[in-house]
Amino acid sequence: MTLLEHIGRYSLLVKRAFARPEKHKMYYIRLIREMEALGINSVGIVIIISFFMGAVITIQTAYNTENPLLPAYLIGLAARDSILLEFSSTIVALILAGKVGSRIASEIGTMRVTEQIDALEIMGVNSAGYLILPKILALVMLAPFLSLISMVVGITGGWIAGVSAGVITTNEYVTGIQFAFIPYYITYSLIKSVIFAFIITSVSSYHGYFTAGGALEVGKASTLAVVHSSIVILLFNLILTQLLLS
Amino acid sequence: MIEVRNISKSFDGDPVLRDISISFEQGKTNLIIGKSGSGKTVLLKCIIGLHEVDNGEIFYSGESFTAMNVKAKKEIRQKFGMLFQGAALFDSLSVEENVRFKLDMFTRMNRLEKKKRVDFCLERVNLGNKNSLYPAELSGGMKKRVAIARAIVLNPRYLFCDEPNSGLDPQTAILIDQLIKDITEEFNMTTIVNTHDINSVMEIGEKVVFIDNGQKWWEGTNMEILKTENQELNDFLFANKMVRRLKEIDDI
Ligand SMILES: Nc1ncnc2c1ncn2[C@@H]1O[C@H](COP(=O)(O)OP(=O)(O)OP(=O)(O)O)[C@@H](O)[C@H]1O
Ligand SMILES: [Mg+2]
Repeated sequence: MTLLEHIGRYSLLVKRAFARPEKHKMYYIRLIREMEALGINSVGIVIIISFFMGAVITIQTAYNTENPLLPAYLIGLAARDSILLEFSSTIVALILAGKVGSRIASEIGTMRVTEQIDALEIMGVNSAGYLILPKILALVMLAPFLSLISMVVGITGGWIAGVSAGVITTNEYVTGIQFAFIPYYITYSLIKSVIFAFIITSVSSYHGYFTAGGALEVGKASTLAVVHSSIVILLFNLILTQLLLS
Repeated sequence: MIEVRNISKSFDGDPVLRDISISFEQGKTNLIIGKSGSGKTVLLKCIIGLHEVDNGEIFYSGESFTAMNVKAKKEIRQKFGMLFQGAALFDSLSVEENVRFKLDMFTRMNRLEKKKRVDFCLERVNLGNKNSLYPAELSGGMKKRVAIARAIVLNPRYLFCDEPNSGLDPQTAILIDQLIKDITEEFNMTTIVNTHDINSVMEIGEKVVFIDNGQKWWEGTNMEILKTENQELNDFLFANKMVRRLKEIDDI
């Protein structure tokens, strides 16, 4: 299949996923389950990664700016901006693409190869809607919170690491993260996280939904889901940065 | 009644069904028999629209299914009950939730009514007290039976069963066959069953269609089948020595 055919089939699938639900209550129940499976269960990994990345960013910035003319609080400022602008949305999205994307593709792919999707269709249920819509909504709704958590934990990690390594004092760090603060950066990051959440869930669902074959193909679908979500995220990161920051 | 007219289907140029026409009668258990790989599952999937046919048309009570749009297909499918060859139970739902699924999705029944209906259907397939188990915790035969309960929960007008009793012991197999026949008559459904089990043919084959290599070779009743002169069908039927002896006795 060519790229264009994939995009066409993907668009049709997403359109089907947003068709009117047969029964709202059934979709709502799934939404709650997916919020737990995709969102709540990702909080742990987001916290761990954000903490260490915040720490590394701060220490690296400190060592790269060992210039007596630059005030130390700039380290805090630089760490803050990296975390807000790129880290809390893009890097977290890439991590989630690995965790959530493979999960979605293998779940839906298994349902495909064991004919569970056919079973839904034969009952007169829109399988794309029932399986995919709740996943998209769940992650889109929770991604901004994950992003906020990542910001807070990342900045905290930077502070703890910076102070323990003796490259910056608490006072300087706190001054730094407040200095020339642009609140729009947070909005920017949250917007990106929502779009990335949509990409991860829809692209991974696409790969799962069109799995053909058996267990081997389910594995392939789940790998492809991660790779393709990541590429699309990076591509859109470029576009969004241009659109939102220029 | 379901009518299939001149349907053909091929995969990547490999013909699997060749110009098949059959009419499946209402209130009867219609059997499709044939060797493994003869095209039974593909035929059934064409009839219910999981595969698009290359040629030909399918009619449900006189209405062309092939010509229906997505919405109309969705509606008529709510009157379908389907048992897949591999059961296709929803992994993430318990036995009870699996059987209840269509009630949840398409009816306004209250909790108690649903519970009663689910228990009734599970009783009919001899599976009381398994409500809270998950598909992974069931044996192959139990999965099949849950799938049958799920298929009949909304009293379908059309029931499709792909090898309902493969993997079941003879006793349970007969029970399932009888169950399918009973509910077919009780609710005047049009039932199509794929099987290669001669027992089923003799027990419930009010109408039997034999396909081989994607073609229809014979149709008739279980009464007529032992007397057939059709070579392919005879080879299929009398692969089993016991049945061959039966025929010999019958001939005398
Ligand atoms: N999705 C598919 N793509 C390509 N070929 C297929 C597909 N499904 C079935 N076939 C081919 O069609 C032929 C008939 O398969 P089918 O599953 O209908 O057999 P069957 O009669 O149901 O056999 P069994 O009794 O073993 O279930 C086989 O040769 C199979 O390889
Ligand atoms: Mg089959």
